[in-house]
Parts: sequence; structure tokens; C-alpha cells
Amino acid sequence: MSQLDTLKSAIKDRLGELECVIGWEQGYDPLHATPLFIRTEADLDRLIIGPLAVHNLATYLTAYKGKKIGVVVKGCDSRSVIELLNENLISRDDLVIFGLCCDGVVSQRKIRAALPADPGFVEAVDISANGLKITVAGQTAMLNMTDILADKCRTCQHPNALISDVLIGENRQSASSTSLACQEEFEAKSDAEKFAFWQETMSRCIRCYACRNACPMCVCRDYCIATSRDPLWVSQDNSPAENFMFQMIHVSHLAGRCTECGECERACPVDIPLMLLRRFMNKQVQDVFEHQAGTDLEQTPPLLTFKVEEERINERGW
Amino acid sequence: MEKFITTTNLTRLAEELAANHRVLAPVATGCTVTFRRFQPGMTLDLHSRMAAVSAKAGTFPQTETLFLVKRDTTEKKPELIETLPQGKNVVIGGRPCDARGKLMFDPVYGTEKIKDLYFLQRRENTIFITLACDRPETTCFCHSVGSGPADPTGSDILLTLVGDGYVARAMTPAGEDILKLSLFTEAGDKGKEADAKNAKAREMMGQPHDYSSAPATILARFDDMDFWQAQAAKCISCGACTYMCPTCYCFNITDDDLGLNSQRIRTWDNCMSHTFTLEGSGHNPRSTKAHRLKNRVGHKFSYYPDLHQGVMACCGCGRCIKQCPVGIDIRQIVKAAQEYSE
Ligand code: SF4
Ligand code: SF4
Ligand code: SF4
Ligand code: SF4
Repeated sequence: MSQLDTLKSAIKDRLGELECVIGWEQGYDPLHATPLFIRTEADLDRLIIGPLAVHNLATYLTAYKGKKIGVVVKGCDSRSVIELLNENLISRDDLVIFGLCCDGVVSQRKIRAALPADPGFVEAVDISANGLKITVAGQTAMLNMTDILADKCRTCQHPNALISDVLIGENRQSASSTSLACQEEFEAKSDAEKFAFWQETMSRCIRCYACRNACPMCVCRDYCIATSRDPLWVSQDNSPAENFMFQMIHVSHLAGRCTECGECERACPVDIPLMLLRRFMNKQVQDVFEHQAGTDLEQTPPLLTFKVEEERINERGW
Repeated sequence: MEKFITTTNLTRLAEELAANHRVLAPVATGCTVTFRRFQPGMTLDLHSRMAAVSAKAGTFPQTETLFLVKRDTTEKKPELIETLPQGKNVVIGGRPCDARGKLMFDPVYGTEKIKDLYFLQRRENTIFITLACDRPETTCFCHSVGSGPADPTGSDILLTLVGDGYVARAMTPAGEDILKLSLFTEAGDKGKEADAKNAKAREMMGQPHDYSSAPATILARFDDMDFWQAQAAKCISCGACTYMCPTCYCFNITDDDLGLNSQRIRTWDNCMSHTFTLEGSGHNPRSTKAHRLKNRVGHKFSYYPDLHQGVMACCGCGRCIKQCPVGIDIRQIVKAAQEYSE
């Protein structure tokens, strides 16, 4: 049985006891998938998995508090589920997890950069193990999976769901490299260059908060301090400085909690490389607390606890 | 009036206009195209793809200062400084759906009784030099909402790509004035080629969908929250769809403290956000994302057309579909309401 068929039959076995199971289906064109809320066996027929199933469905879980639901997760998504459990934001008893062993997903941005015409003109997509054969505006291009793989997949250390009730597929190998050239190039820049970069890049942010709402760990949502009116913490002026201020808030509120799923960057409609900030913060957390969010059910996020003496923080050393 | 302008001269036109206009034009950063304040030396990108965000900011900027309050320590009374928009603007390289967007604002911000001077001032002082589309994207449906890929409505000049330049057609006296500049030459036979291209693009869009039953059928579903919950299940309640949209005109007003001084600003707001209808008492009539999605779809395809001669408050640009992080398709939602049977 294919991975998809095995998954379908596993979901079918549990569907009766669940409010719904969240997976993916084909979206508005052949190049896009979209989340699917499976309630009936007829819905189940529409389920898909594979390189277009980019969305981290863990982002929906907190909205179903008190209801028993199922969710399909890739390796990276499973880290968000663990982190949500560690923070007591969801209950394990209310959740049936269908874990995937994942071959990686695409970056729509890389596809856009590689195609001879805008992906909006897509006519056909043929998915194989090597990559995607895409016809746009009458021209066909073969894109190799290695070239269009999402950045997070290039360095993925947990391709197999770390937590699941049913694990589907054969175990995949983790990526051999843990560093990304784009990150290293950026961090090698001087402060002045970094400042100029964000000044320019943040001028296209429209403060739509797609980054915030796509984030599985951004659980304040409707009560975010960025939109509170009284007090008015953050100006609604969409100047680069205020836009960047919001990103600083997001990054610091995610310190030690960010599972590096990349959803913030994927969701951004104007392609702001938000992961440059998240990866940097995660590296600091790793260095100081030896902590990687969402990798262990027993761990406590470092900022949700405290030690009188932190081993790696020299309190009086500065 | 019909003229021709080469691609090189179009850039020169943008540069010349930038001397005494605020010019908004599509500019690429990598493979991201957005409308930017165009300055001489920048490269126009009219063709690689449609700009991610609509050209709405041309007539309705995301942040508008409504007034400033100045106070110095010697004066007792603070001084109120008016900041009505000054100067002239040009939007180059928007698409027909961009140019049409502002028309949906007119019956709301320019009524007999209520006049939004900030919007009207910009509306009056902004020239639209629009590019007709060559072919539709999978998300385009302008032809189903009373428009099309070469619709000149709302534009002062409509450009159609022919060979190494554009056939330029003036739609208004302001457009004619620009076409008189020496950067333009006679169009000659190229006009016919432009007609053929416009017709081809329209043909590629296929049959339009008939939305005429949408206002009534959406209203009939108003109290059916199960329907809206199912439609909204995957929505993450961000504001991307409304901020992309050329027709979404809602705003917020806040006061910013600037030390001794302050400013009152209005900024884009969106009905997908929880705070949009949050009342002072804490009560929120649209407490869930399903209520809010119902408003976005209902406003565009039912309440607005009911008030304004059947015109849909949607230009069919498809941006809310392709830029939605979870791929919510407004066409499917309206269709589901139209096809619904008890
Ligand atoms: S998703 Fe992008 S445009 Fe929207 S608020 Fe976040 S960074 Fe800004
Ligand atoms: S901040 Fe970004 S990468 Fe980190 S958990 Fe949130 S969406 Fe994922
Ligand atoms: S429809 Fe899409 S873009 Fe709009 S609020 Fe919902 S998730 Fe965000
Ligand atoms: S509702 Fe969507 S398709 Fe219609 S004009 Fe707005 S963004 Fe474009």
C-alpha cells in the first residue's frame, strides 16, 4: 500500500471517534495544496500528502480545545505539537496524531524564481520522486526537488514525526547538513549592512499578521499586544521601524518556543525572509540553554522556568 | 487618442513624471514584485508578474496622517496642523483590477452627506497608467465581476504590450495631456495588433461565472453559522486577504504620542481581525473567524451590491486567493452559497 493509502485507512479507523481530522487536499490550482478538514469518508477521498502539503496543521490545534480531533503531521509539524503539549496548551488525550515520514516539501518562492513564467499561469504539474514537471504559459520546466526544497527541509534533523499514534511510511534519513548558506551570508554582514537590509525589507511589510497567525506557537492571536488599543503598545503606523518592532516582539516571544517550522516566512505575502531572525534566535537559545524546542516531551521551555544559577550565563561576568 | 511608446521611453516617462508627481510603480526585489515609490534609476517591472499587493495605496495609503498636534512649553494651547494630502500622484503599471478598485470607494467616501477629503483629494489627483493583461492567472476572474483583462474603467491611459513597446490609449483629458509628450509616437497599425491581443486575453479567460444570484443566496445563509464555520475552518484570521485587496476600504484611527506632539493617523483595518468589531464594553458581535469571513464575503458579494446598483465590491484580481497562507478561495465560497440547497 502507498503511504497515502496507509494513511487513509488509518484515518478511516479512527474517524468515528473524532470531531474531524486535519490533513491536506488539492488547492485552487495544480501547484497548491490547502488544508482539509475531514469529517466524513467522502472527505477522506480528497486527502493528499507530498511535497505540496506545506502547511503546518498544528497551528489549528488550540482552537479545538475540549474536542477530540486528529491531525496529520510531518516531522517538523510534530515538533510544534510537542511544544504545544509541553506548554500545556493542548491535551494529549484529545488528540490522535497521524505522523508521516517526510521527504520534504517545496518552497513556492523557489518555484517562482525557477519557472520561466509566473506560477499563476500554471497549466499542469507532474510530481515525481525527483521533482516537479511544471507547465506554465505553454512552457514546460523540470525542477529538481533538491533545488526547490524548502530551506527547513535542507537541514531537517527530524523528518519522521517525533510523536504520533500511528507512524506512516519508512523512516527517512535526516539531512547531512545543518547550516544554510543564506543564513551564514546574512550573519557575516556588518551591523550597518544588516540595519540597511531590514530598513529596506521592512518597508514592504504590510502588517497583515499572516506571519503571526500562521505560527503554531503564537497562541495569543486575537489578544496580541501588537493590536491592543489600550494601552497602545505598538503604533499602527506601518513604517519600517514599527514593522520591525513587531518582528522583534514576535521573535522574543518565541525565544525557546520556536520549532523552526518556517510557517511565518511561508505565510508572508511579500516574501520577507523572517526565518533569518528566527534561526538566529534559536541558535542563541541552543547555545545558552542547550534547548531545541519541540524535540522532547519531557523538556520545559527555558523561559517557562528558571534556575538560580544558569550554567551558561555568567551573571556577574559582564 | 492612441499613441505608441517604447519600453525604454516608458521608463523615461516614469522618471519625468517623478520630478513633480509621487509615482507608484511595480518594482522587483528578487522574484517579489510590489508597488514602490518610483525614483529615477529604479527598474520598472511591469511584466514578470502581477504585484503582490494591489495599487490601492495610490489613493488610499496604508498610513495617512489625519492631523498633527503641536505643543511647545511656552504656548498653553496646542496647535492643530491640517495634513490634507498635497501634490499629484501617478500609478504606473497597475492592472485593470487595480485601477477599478478605487471606484468601489466612491459611493462610500464621496456621498452627498459624507465626504472623505483625504481620499477624494488623492482620487482627484492620481493618474492611472494601466497595463492590459496578456493572459489570465488561475486565480483571475475579473470577467465574472463586470470587468476584463483590457478594461479601461478607472484608468487614464491603457497600455497594451505590442512588440518592443506599448500602444497607449487615453481615456481621460489627463491621459490625453500625457500622450502629447514627445516620448510618444504615432501608433499606426499597431492599434490593430493591440486590439487582437486584448481580444485574445479575454478569450483565454473562458466563460464567466454568473454571480447575479449571489447577493440573495448569501443573505439567505446569513444565520446559518454551520455553513460559515465549514467555509472558515481553515482560515487563520490574518489580514492578508483584505490588505491585498484593491477594494477593501476599512480603516482604523489611532493617536500616536510623539513626545510633546502627537499625530492622529488612520491605517488600513480589516474585517478578518478580532479587534475590528470589538466594542468598548468588551462585547464582540463577530467573535469568531466564521462571523468575520461571512462579513468579508457577504460585504463584497451581497451587502455592497445590494446598496450600489448590483456592483460587486470585488474586481476579481484573485490576490486574496493566491496570497492567502492557507489558500481560501472566495470564488468557491460564493459558489457554495449560490448552490446551497436545504
Ligand atoms: S506576514 Fe509579512 S507582510 Fe504580513 S506582517 Fe508578517 S512580515 Fe509583515
Ligand atoms: S516563529 Fe516561525 S518558524 Fe518559529 S514556530 Fe512560529 S511559524 Fe514556526
Ligand atoms: S482568508 Fe486567508 S488571508 Fe484572509 S484572514 Fe483567512 S487565512 Fe488570512
Ligand atoms: S476580494 Fe479578492 S479577488 Fe476580489 S478584488 Fe479583493 S483581493 Fe481581488
